[in-house]
Parts: sequence; C-alpha cells; structure tokens
Amino acid sequence: MIDTAQRVLIVDDEVSIRRYLRAALGAEGFVTHEAKTGQEALDGAVLYHPEIIILDLGLPDIDGVEVTRRLREWSQTPIIVLSVREAENDKVAALDAGADDYLTKPFGTSELMARIRVALRRASKGPDEPVFQVDKLKMDVSRRIVMVNENEVYLTPTEYEILRLLLQNAGKVLTHRQLLRQVWGTAYEDEMHILRVNVSNLRRKIEPDPSRPHYLLTEPGVGYRIRV
Amino acid sequence: MEHHLNPDRLPKPFQAEESSRGKLKIFLGYAAGVGKTYAMLEAAHQRKEHGIDVVVGYVETHKLMETEELLERLEVLPRKQVEYQNVVLPELDVDAVLKRHPQLILVDELAHTNAPGSRHLKRYQDAEEILDAGIDIYTTFNIQHLESLKDIVAQVTGVSVHETVPDIIIDQASEIEVIDLPPDELLSRLKEGKVYIPAQAAGALEKFFRKGNLTALREMAFRRAADRVDDQMRNYMETSAIPGPWPATERLMICISGHPISERLVRAGRRLADELKAEWFAVHVQTIDRRRFSTQGAENITRALRLAEDLGAMVRQIEGQNVPGTLVEFARKNNVTKIITGKPLRSRWQELLLGSLTNDLIRLSGNIGVYIVSDPSGPLPAPISTVLRPTSSWPRYALSALLVALITLISFPIYGLIHATNLVMLYLAAVVISALYLGRGPSMLASVLGVLAFDFFFTEPRFTMVVSDSEYIITFLGLFIVSIAISNLTGRVREHVEVIRAQEQQSSTLYALSRELTVSTDLDTVLAKVIEQIGQTFNRQVVILLPHENTLIIRAATPGFIIDQDEHAVAVWAYEKNHVAGRGTDTLTSAKIRYQPLNVTGRVVGVLGVKPDASNRLNPSQRELLDAYASLAALAIERGHLAEQARQAEIAAATEKLQTALLNSISHDLRTPLVSITGALTSLDEQSDSLNEEYRKSLIVTAREEADRLNRLVGNLLSMTRIESGAITLNREPGDIQDVIGTALEQLGTRVAEHEIKVNVPEDFPLVTMDFTLIVQVVVNLLENAVKYSPKGSLIEISTSLVDNKAVLEIMDRGMGIPPADLTRIFDKFYRVQRPENISGTGLGLSIGKGIVEAHHGNIYARSREGGGAILAVGLPLNDIQEKVND
Repeated sequence: MIDTAQRVLIVDDEVSIRRYLRAALGAEGFVTHEAKTGQEALDGAVLYHPEIIILDLGLPDIDGVEVTRRLREWSQTPIIVLSVREAENDKVAALDAGADDYLTKPFGTSELMARIRVALRRASKGPDEPVFQVDKLKMDVSRRIVMVNENEVYLTPTEYEILRLLLQNAGKVLTHRQLLRQVWGTAYEDEMHILRVNVSNLRRKIEPDPSRPHYLLTEPGVGYRIRV
Repeated sequence: MEHHLNPDRLPKPFQAEESSRGKLKIFLGYAAGVGKTYAMLEAAHQRKEHGIDVVVGYVETHKLMETEELLERLEVLPRKQVEYQNVVLPELDVDAVLKRHPQLILVDELAHTNAPGSRHLKRYQDAEEILDAGIDIYTTFNIQHLESLKDIVAQVTGVSVHETVPDIIIDQASEIEVIDLPPDELLSRLKEGKVYIPAQAAGALEKFFRKGNLTALREMAFRRAADRVDDQMRNYMETSAIPGPWPATERLMICISGHPISERLVRAGRRLADELKAEWFAVHVQTIDRRRFSTQGAENITRALRLAEDLGAMVRQIEGQNVPGTLVEFARKNNVTKIITGKPLRSRWQELLLGSLTNDLIRLSGNIGVYIVSDPSGPLPAPISTVLRPTSSWPRYALSALLVALITLISFPIYGLIHATNLVMLYLAAVVISALYLGRGPSMLASVLGVLAFDFFFTEPRFTMVVSDSEYIITFLGLFIVSIAISNLTGRVREHVEVIRAQEQQSSTLYALSRELTVSTDLDTVLAKVIEQIGQTFNRQVVILLPHENTLIIRAATPGFIIDQDEHAVAVWAYEKNHVAGRGTDTLTSAKIRYQPLNVTGRVVGVLGVKPDASNRLNPSQRELLDAYASLAALAIERGHLAEQARQAEIAAATEKLQTALLNSISHDLRTPLVSITGALTSLDEQSDSLNEEYRKSLIVTAREEADRLNRLVGNLLSMTRIESGAITLNREPGDIQDVIGTALEQLGTRVAEHEIKVNVPEDFPLVTMDFTLIVQVVVNLLENAVKYSPKGSLIEISTSLVDNKAVLEIMDRGMGIPPADLTRIFDKFYRVQRPENISGTGLGLSIGKGIVEAHHGNIYARSREGGGAILAVGLPLNDIQEKVND
C-alpha cells in the first residue's frame, strides 16, 4: 500500500508523457509536480521536496545523468530514470550515478507502479531486517543460512554476498559495477566474467529451473534484479 | 549578273569568334631578313606590358644583336634536344609549352621541318596542337612557303621550295601582319651581313636574292594579305546582310589522275578557287582497270588528294567505267561551273588510237567550262603496260599452243570439204577459248600461232609461209586483229571478274564480320574476331587498346604481340588528341606501330594499333578496308558501352521498384497495429456506455498487444537500419549462454506460453565473449520464428554445444519446416515463407539475427529436421575463452 499524499516529481520534456504519468500516478493517490527541463527538475526537487522523482534521460538542457549526479549531491530521494531501449550505457551511467531504477520506454503502468513501490519501500526502510524472503527463497542474515523450498542451500561466500545484496535491494536493479564493487572491491569493477560465473553458479543452486530464472533476473546490459 | 546571297555557300563566321582555340598571328614576309622576328618580338613586348603572360617557345635570332636584345626581357622555354644520327638538334618542346600554358607563345619559322624523332613532322603541326590547347601563337612565315604558291614560286624564282605549309593553316590565322622592306634595302642589309644565310645555302640563295625575284615575292605577299582583307570584308558584309557586289558563285572541279601533273593541278585549283572565291572539288574516278595501277600511280593519286584536302578542297573518289562521262555527271550533279583537267602531251597517233580523255570531256561538258593545264613532261604511263606484263604461268601458254595444234589437226580432214576461210573461224574459236580459260597472254599467243598455222597449213601453197592469193593477207590481218581484240577484251573481262570477285570477297568478309558483331554481345569475343580478321586479311600484327580508369589498356591483341612503354605513350596520345599517330604518319613517327583512334560519332572509344610491314605496303583500297574494320570495331565497343549503360539503368529501375515495394510493405505493417489501437481507444471513448465488461476488456487487451507488436516492429526496423549502416557497435564481454536463453525467454513472456520449451545447457559450458543484449535479441528472434511456424503445444528445444572451438546454440521446432530451397533465403531481409495463412511480422527478425551474428564473426544457418520441423542454429567464436573461475 502506498501512503497517500506522497509527492512525485515528473521530469520529461514530452507533454504527452507528462500527461500520462500525471493521470496514472494521480490515480494512485500521488500528488504530482512536473518539470520540463533539467534545470526545472533541480529547482523542483528543492521546491516540492518530492518523495520520488521520475526523471527522463533525454532532456533538452542538461544530460539526465548529470541531473542525477547533482541531485545526489544533497538528496537521497529515490530517482527512477526513463530511457529508450538502445541506450544501455545511459541507464548504467545514471544508475551508477545514484539513480535507483530505470524504465524502458514504452512501459506499462503496472511496471511503473512496481518500480515506484520498490523504490519507496527502500527509502522508508527501517533498521535492516535479519530475514529476506521472496516467494520460496529465504535468507537469514544473522545465521547466514539460505533456504529454498525449506531446503538449505550451500553457497560460497561470494555467492552468498551477491545474493544478500540483491535481496537487500529486492525489486531494484543493481548494476554489474555496483555488484562487483561491493562484493569484490573497486579494483574488480570491470571483471565481468567473475560476476557472470558466480551468478551462473548461484542460479544453478537456487533456481528451480536455472535456464528460466524465477528469482534472479538478468537486466541485459545493465545488471541483475531479484523479482518481487 | 545577279548578285545575291547563295544559301549553299554559308558565310563563315569570323575566326575570332571561336573562343576556346588559341589565336594565330602571322608575321608575313617575302624573304629572310625583312625583320619578321624583330617585329614579332616587339609586338610580344607590347602584349607583355598589357599584362599578358608571354613566353618564347622557339625564336631564332641568328645572333643579330638587335633581335637578341629584345629576347632578353622575355621568358624563354628551354628547347628540346632531339638526337638524330649522333647530332643533337634543338627543337620546340611542345610538352613544355603545354605544361607551362602561357597565354601567348612565340614560335619562329612556321614552315620548319622538325628533326626526325620529334612528335610531329612539321612545326605547323606543333603549332596546331598548341592552338588546340587554347594558347595563342605569334609566328613568322615567308610567302614562298605557302603550299598553293609552290609552283609559281618555282617558276618565278627558279628555286624549288620544299618546306611548305598548307594554306588551311594560314587561312585560319586570326591576323596577318605583313612585314615589308623594300628590296633595295634588303639587298644592302644582305651585303652588310645582317641577313642570316646558312653556309650550305649560300650558292642557291644568291640566285634567290635577285631584285626581280624579291619584287615578285613581295608582290605575292601583298596580294595574299590584300585577298585576306577582301575576304574579311566580304564575310562581314554577308553576315550583316549588306547587299554588295557578290561574285557569281562558281564551283570548280579538279580531275585527279595517276599522272604527276595532278599535284600541279591541285595547286592551280587552289589559286583559281581563291581568285574566284569559289568552292572546289578534287575528284578521282576509279575504274576497275585502274585498280591495277602501278604503285607509283596510286601514290600520286593519294598524294594529290591529300594535298587537295590540305588546301581546302572537297575530295571525292567516285566509281565509274567511263571516266569523262562520270566526271561530267558529277559536275552536273554538284553544280560545278568549271572543270580543270590536265593534259599530258601525246603524239597524234596515240590520240587517234587511244582517244583523248580531254576531248571527250570537252564534248560532254555542255556549258560547263573546261580548263586544260598541259604538262610538257609526257604521256601518262598507261595502264596498257599491264597488258604486256605476263600474268599467266608457263603451262597455260603451252596449253594454248596445244589448242592451236588441236585445231590444226581437226582442220586437216575437213580442209577439202569447206572453204579455207571458214577454218579461220575455228582458229578464232581457239583464241576465244584460250582467252576465256587461259588468260590474256596465252590467247595472244594463240592468235599469233593461229595465223601462222593457217598460213602454213591451209593457204596455197600449203606447207609454206608464202601466200599465193594476196587476198589472204586480208584474212590474216583480219584474223590477227580480231584475235588480238578478242583476247584483249576477254582478258579484260577476266580481270574485271577477278577484281570484282576480290571486291566481293572483301565485302562478304566485312559483312560476315559485321554480322558476327551484331550477334555476339561479349566485347572480348568481338575484338578477338576483329583482330583475327585483320591479321588474316592483311597479315599484320594488331592491337586494340581501350580506356580503363584514366589510362589505356590492351584489350585484345594478336597472340604474342606486346607493346612497350613508349609505344603505349604514342597510343595514349592518339587517343587523347583523336588523331592518327605513329609510323607512317606525320606525328610521333619514330614509333614502330601505326595507331589510329577508333571513333563513333566523333567520340573516341579506343585505339587500333597496326604494325606496318614495309615489304608489303597497303594500297588505298586495302587501307579503306582496314578503316572499315576499324569502324566495325569502334561500333562494337560503343555497343558494349551502351549495353552496360542499359544494364545499369535496368538495375537502377529494378532497385527502385523493390524499394517502393518494401516501403509499401513496411508502411502497411506499421499502420496495421495502429488500426486496432485507434479503433479500441475510440470505441472505449465513444461507446463506453454500450460496451459490456467483456468487450471492454477484449478491446483493451487487443490494443495492448498491438501496441507491443508495433513497438517490436519499430525496434526491428531500427536494428535493421543500424546494421545496414554499419552503426552496430558491439559491447563485447564474457557472457553466459544460459543467461542469454533465460533472458530471452523472459522477454518473450506470454508469446512462448503456448509452446513447450525445453532448455539444455551443459554444466561448465564456457563463457562466450559477446554483446549480451544483442545476442539476446538474436535468440528472441529465433524463438519468435519457431513459435510462429510451429503448432501450439508443440515442443521447442534449445540446446548449446561446443563444436570446433565455437559455441553453437540450436533451436529446434516441430513446425512446418523450411523448404530446402529457402534454407539460406530465410535470412534475407523481408523474407517470408509462402503460406496460405497470413503470418504477421515483417520478416526482418532472422536477417537482423544474421546481421548481429555476423558482426560477431559468427555464423547462422538453418537445417531441416528429421521427423519434421526446422533447426535454426547460431555459432559464435570462443576467442577470449574465459575459464570458469572458482574462488
């Protein structure tokens, strides 16, 4: 359930997209504010103090990634970026600059709401919980146990760490770089093959059908995400 | 006399209006030493002061101080040093001139003959090349070097001039300035040593430099210049349509024969034509007889005709048997007003016997005036000489004698029965037979033997040569004369037949060749045929060069015939200037081969090189035949070009058609989803009251699905465009194939819901270096394809394997399969397998897949599957193999 009267800042230079978002978010009980340019976005963030920002990456004045960066200089407000299918690099850059998640245009309303929900939950999370659960997958951080369908699964420390990060951010995408940096350290930022191999192994252990992942989803060109 | 403009004789516009060719100004003098070179240099300086770029090409100062001073302040191009027989001769360097390309160049002595080995024989030809390039020329010229005046100068001064310039060159000059010096002054300059005389010429020139000669030459120079002014005035008046004293329009015809007098006639014709302001023809009548002219005669004709052309005549060669008749006919048809012919002096007897061409001409000419120029040098070397030349072989003579003997034998028994004079007929028969089958010579022999035999055997007293009845003398004479006449006549007929047969042979070879050319379309075959034909007919080595990428290449040649760099350069020159060059021509004569440009409607398409054979030179009719072959070759080449052009045009048209079809198809595919979307939305809007929940839901679902479809289509088109324009940049990193498959299945979502999917990826399958996102797209496209063409509920298997250091991913379905012929074609753009039902999708998916896979240096292929269905497979190279890391 989304709290009522939460404020969302919609940033897009296309009037039709703003109209749609206004209607869809309004229907969910959000108070919507709009911005047409990067500068207006930065001003709007200060002015309206939104709980969440929907930011289009293709703005006319300031690059969307740059807007993200500047916002992150003083604000932890969740940011969801909108981008087109081919611009993977932009998405990754925005995510690495601090955006929380992304949506590829065209997207559906349920997808939009799912992302917003996850992002807001993360923001309002209280102290870290000891147990993460998604469907039949359970991780008890205090005891370092992972269970699938009530059966314990034995993971390597690396695999465990990867899964922990993902579950901690369940529903939100984590980029390759973020995972590599947090699991192995900055020096391993570009060592894609290590990540791939570990994820592959991880899937074989926790997925009912590794070739059709249920929990651990690949975001092509961007990173991974736990499905919620 | 009526004065009016003659529409046939169109006034020539001033030469000055021809803008692209350079202008020629001639400083004309009547003798060496009048100061032409000095005047030229002075004029050049004036032009230079006006800012014109003036360069000296070749000026001979003869070390005269005044002239040398003028030369100092001008730019002088270095002369070309031409080596000839161990002597180095300086000549005008044409290439340097063309390269330097000044606005005005000074070239002394237009009539000069170049050293052998130079590009052109004569300096005036160099000048023509320079003028063609758009460079103006100042030059000097003495009146006695004018071609048409050659005879008169010889007559007047007694000196025969050899270096001449054709009148055409002078006629085309834009300006003539006469440099005059009174003869007395010239003579005193000569005494003072201020006139250059080469040591060898001292003797002759003394004879030349007599006051009378000088005066005559001076007058010639003046008159020539005055004529020109007159011409220009006349031209001006005609172009401005000013009525004036136009002369009655005359037309002249010069009759050319094999006699050396023809050259004189040509020059006289030119002078007369000038005086009368008339056009003139130079005509030669070719009879069948005369085809067997002595080479000397044939050469005289060619030379005279070429001279006539140089002097501005219209040259015609016409066929005819009766020379005077043909000439008069031509004259009448072409409105000739005066005929000029030469008359070699013959004795009266000869005239009586052989007739006189000129008399016949006069008789037939009607009201066309006939001018006769006589030549004291004697009669034509008659073609009758061929009569006496034995052409038949010995056995034929023997046979002819045998024939006479036979007749004699036959006559013995009949002798008493018929009158002796009737036996004469039998002998005549023998002569005729001999003439028909054995030749002129043998039949003449038969005539003589016949008479003798008749005398000996059949006239009283028999078996003696004596004759009792003097009447038999008449019989003998009659027999003899008739025999000779018959043998001559039949001999001639035979020769005519031979000539005609030879001509026919030529015609049929030409015909056969031209038919070949129309039939075969391959240029190389055609050229090979031409080369073969020329080689066979003339027994010469031939080469054909065609343009290719800014230069000429040998396209066909007699086997084993190659040309070196220098020869190649000559060929290139002939091609560029559209002018014959090489051995036997006036240009670049040191080459070994004669090159003639092949042209069609004035455009040069190639060059034909023929290696001359000095021991067996071509006569004019053979040369004509060679030219005919060359024309055929040119036509074939042109045809080849046109065929190629037509092909290109066809391709362009077909491409355009295809593009239009594609655009229509894409347009349709883009619009179709929009139909449902617009429809659904408008329905929901306008009919919201009357729609029940079920309909509403279905409209929404439809619109949603169609929107997805449109999105995918747009994505496909963008991918295709990117691939086509080469804008695909691969982000290559190690990737997990299983992950690829999983992601692809996830993206397909409900579209694979109605099929059973089985995935088989072995454990420890290595990582593959690839662009993850793009390969996912490939798998999505392949799976979409499998889903589309296999029935609902059927099984689709996906498996990976390692083959030859490649990662191979196979997607196998149990669908309708792919026809064997289409196995490779399905990867073509917009390809859709023929099916009665309508299959949606633009047919781009597989070709996009192919584009992506090939960008990875991989391969994509389709196979038919045993038991029905198809296998689509992708192979990706495993460079950068990453071993699985276990930490």
